[in-house]
Amino acid sequence: MTKSKSAYSTPTKQGKLDTHIIVVWVDNESGVLARVVGLFSGRGYNIESLAVAEIDSKQNLSRITIVTTGTPQVIEQIKLQLKKLVPVHKVADFTREDKKVIFKEMALLKIVGNSVKIKKSLNACKKYNPIILDKTNKSVVIQITALRRDIDKMTKNLKSLGLVSTSRTGAVAMTRGAEIFK
Amino acid sequence: MGKLYSGAEIVFKCLEDQKVEYIFGYPGGAVLPIYDELKNHSSIKHILVRHEQGAGHAAEGYARSSGKPGVVLVTSGPGATNVVTALTDAYMDSVPLVCISGQVPTHLIGTDAFQECDTTGITRPCTKHNWLVKNINDLPRVMHEAFKVATSGRPGPVLVDIPKDIQFAKTKYTKPTKEKKLNGKLQTKFSKKDIEQLIDLMSKSKKPIFYTGGGVINSGPKASELLRELASLTGFPITSTLQGLGAFPGDDTQFIGMLGMHGTYEANNAMHDCDLLINIGARFDDRITGKIDEFSPKSKKVHIDIDPSSINKIVKVDLSIVGDVAEVINSTIKNLKKKNLNLEKSNKQKISKWWEQIQKWRTKQSLNFINSDNIIKPQFAVQRLYELTKNTDTYITTEVGQHQMWAAQHYKFNKPNRWMTSGGLGTMGYGLPAAVGVQVAHPKKLVVDIAGEASVLMTIQEMSTAVQYNLPIKIFILNNQYMGMVRQWQELLHEKNYSESYSAALPDFVKLAEAYGCVGIRATKPGDLDEKIEEMINVDKPVIFDCQVDPHENCFPMIPSGKPHNQMLLAPKDQEENKITGKGKALV
Repeated sequence: MTKSKSAYSTPTKQGKLDTHIIVVWVDNESGVLARVVGLFSGRGYNIESLAVAEIDSKQNLSRITIVTTGTPQVIEQIKLQLKKLVPVHKVADFTREDKKVIFKEMALLKIVGNSVKIKKSLNACKKYNPIILDKTNKSVVIQITALRRDIDKMTKNLKSLGLVSTSRTGAVAMTRGAEIFK
Repeated sequence: MGKLYSGAEIVFKCLEDQKVEYIFGYPGGAVLPIYDELKNHSSIKHILVRHEQGAGHAAEGYARSSGKPGVVLVTSGPGATNVVTALTDAYMDSVPLVCISGQVPTHLIGTDAFQECDTTGITRPCTKHNWLVKNINDLPRVMHEAFKVATSGRPGPVLVDIPKDIQFAKTKYTKPTKEKKLNGKLQTKFSKKDIEQLIDLMSKSKKPIFYTGGGVINSGPKASELLRELASLTGFPITSTLQGLGAFPGDDTQFIGMLGMHGTYEANNAMHDCDLLINIGARFDDRITGKIDEFSPKSKKVHIDIDPSSINKIVKVDLSIVGDVAEVINSTIKNLKKKNLNLEKSNKQKISKWWEQIQKWRTKQSLNFINSDNIIKPQFAVQRLYELTKNTDTYITTEVGQHQMWAAQHYKFNKPNRWMTSGGLGTMGYGLPAAVGVQVAHPKKLVVDIAGEASVLMTIQEMSTAVQYNLPIKIFILNNQYMGMVRQWQELLHEKNYSESYSAALPDFVKLAEAYGCVGIRATKPGDLDEKIEEMINVDKPVIFDCQVDPHENCFPMIPSGKPHNQMLLAPKDQEENKITGKGKALV
């Protein structure tokens, strides 16, 4: 052990990090996103992606989906701390391996190049429900929906085919079957 | 159509309905409509402080000594930023505060207007919740909700930011409603099974310990009574955190002293060696646990807390009971009695060896110090203060540093709500304004701020507040001319390089007292101490007591950082006996 020269203890070994998808239902009021995000930054938690929008204008509810990594203890803390926020209604926690949950992310990809490259790009996107949103003779904007890591892969692969701009939504999640998360 | 009231009137109607008697504040441009309304509400008294930080700490002192929420009123911009330290302090130590701040008119928000700041943005991480009221119709609801959030569950500070035009705007007033659940924020009930499991653990344990904290105090006076009953029913040893002092009588034989960095030898060793650790309303703070990997390695751990996020935050526990401390203890006692386990008798035998061990640790007398005839030792000063005030109902506040630890070690508290100290945030300058707030809540009681000369200078201006409202607080300064705790760490860790920890050019505290219109007393010799303390107690005016103590005294025992509980550093006399070498010191 290194000699501590501080009034605080030395850090102990960090545990294994898991990726979790945290879904938070909140009152859609001003500052609520800052509260959620501020909690993460203030306590040193990770945010890998963040998706947020109003889902029920009558009940004034928004749904925030956050992809985060942490040790099991940290993930537990994230959930408990979120539940303490006054505008938070409920908090769900899913893992990537969870078979009962669908995860999806959308991306817009702009490819600039000749028709051969554009064709190759479209081909490469085939597995991910590509939709052509805009096309000129030297460019195309493709929309794909896929898992985060697939989009990661695609953006890497398309670089050589003329990918010049990427816009991603961040992951959203929904349980399979008839049940909803209470 | 009901009657229409202005925003300022609504603020006061809410305060009246919430039974607020005192507000601590400081006027300014953006709260003038509220200050204008003050004259129409005779049941609410305003205490004018000299700095908004003082208002916050005074409200904390008021809240902690009375169990009621403290109310603060400040203006926009600097008024709000000045109160941030106090809000953070209250957040860390779970003190219920409602802070009302003025804001520039809504149409100027975001334009960098005069005395504008993003108050809700700045205070978001240091409050349980805050509101910027942009619509007058929201004001009554928000005000009532503010009190609800501040006082329910684990208490804490909240802030309501009210733009000036909203203070003038008019709306109908609504009384507070019996609130249904706040998004499920009210605590879920613990189950009967939890209690049974706890009792099972308790009946099997041979080396149990209660580790109690500020949650017992926050749960109300009833919780302290129940804790005493539980302790006498089980015969278990009991230790307390800094914030929990007073929940259990400090002079009771079952009490083995405060634990943690400057806790007693017996408390820390018992924490380390126990087989059952029952945490009641404490939060495994890093000043308590020392090295986490080696914290109480042989014990089953139980955690009783109202805040679910406190559970497993730092230390993994075997049984968690989420609930109000008083309710949990009450249910435990009832169950214990019903089961008729006759713990009082059977336990005494089972844990008698454990008590023998604790007695052995006690013989170390880890709080001992080498007294002197020539110079006042700070520990001796606290001991004398305790002896001379223990028969009156005394309220003690402190600043932060060595004097705070000596006060915690040598002043024995017998009742809850008598001890107000900044633990989590460690705010120097807390004690003087806190004493103002305590004295406001308890005008006839003796209120002493055990202070350090460095800390007290951070908020010394509040002496003026004490004088204005005839609050006879006693500022008992253990004056060692150093930032003592900083100096102690520098001695132990940084090769005695006392970098910037000596305060040259201290004021003459006796003259300073006179300048404020209060009484100054100085003590320099141990022999004079009793007489001068008596003099201080008997003056019916605020007093600054300049107690000049040994500048080189260190606060022992202590757990060096990164060390477990059973590797304490004892006072020099014991250190020699134990031959703690230079190498050991380097590990501090």
